[in-house]
Amino acid sequence: MKSAVIVFPASNCDRDAATALEQMTGKKAAMVWHQDSVLPDVDLVVLPGGFSYGDYLRCGAMANQSKIMGAIKAHAAKGGAVLGICNGFQVLTESGLLPGALMRNAGLKFVCKPVSLSVEETQSSFTRKYDKGASVTFPVAHGEGNYYADTETLDRLEGEGRVMFRYRDNPNGSARDIAGILNEKRNVLGLMPHPERVVDPLNGGTDGRALFQGLIESLS
Amino acid sequence: MKARVFVTLKNGVLDPQGKAIGHALNGLGFGSVGEVRQGKVIDLELSESDPAKAKASLKDMCEKLLANTVIEKYEIEIK
Repeated sequence: MKSAVIVFPASNCDRDAATALEQMTGKKAAMVWHQDSVLPDVDLVVLPGGFSYGDYLRCGAMANQSKIMGAIKAHAAKGGAVLGICNGFQVLTESGLLPGALMRNAGLKFVCKPVSLSVEETQSSFTRKYDKGASVTFPVAHGEGNYYADTETLDRLEGEGRVMFRYRDNPNGSARDIAGILNEKRNVLGLMPHPERVVDPLNGGTDGRALFQGLIESLS
Repeated sequence: MKARVFVTLKNGVLDPQGKAIGHALNGLGFGSVGEVRQGKVIDLELSESDPAKAKASLKDMCEKLLANTVIEKYEIEIK
């Protein structure tokens, strides 16, 4: 599986993502600067965590105006896999690739801790290696992770099996405990928790490995 | 021409910051304060001189960048 990690100004989990991808795939991920307008030939594009453009205006709003976003939308439109983690998820909702929005945490505090999640759906290349209903622990680190969408959108996401991860103990006020969602074509995943930080046991857990294994199996 | 854009959360969208401000005002003794909603003000200078054109262009700016219409609404004031 060939992968690329997009680097925005003030991305800060881009190298975590690249390290996780290299550990899992044995290949270096291409680091793609936000001002580039073409993607290398890759199977997976990762939008990493961080504070792109200092979270100015709204989290992800400026990053969504970057040149590279056109190429990412085209990659997604032809079925290519896109994974948005944390700030990457915020960029995906701003771009319209995923529905809804991520708002200020209900408790108004930045939340930085490991959280327990349930894997809600396994029908996707991202979650196929997990058992349905499995409990996994991924870290979260965000101030704006409070997922919001109108009732109709939430019902639709649930009805179509597109809520992939739910918080077991909601840390941010997200609607229906949603931690991660999929697009309609099931090739774009956005989630607030960080699977790339739980790939190496030295970092305190390996629950994120199955997400990358699923992608490798599906996309190689 | 100068313009001011107000971006606020749509009705029904929870505003935790507004709530915290309300609580703080109550704590300061401003007992009459009920619900508080907060938002953003963006001041812009435009080289456009036709108010109708300016307004159309500002609306486009709001839709494309200044507001996230999933959660926010906007008002445009031309000065």
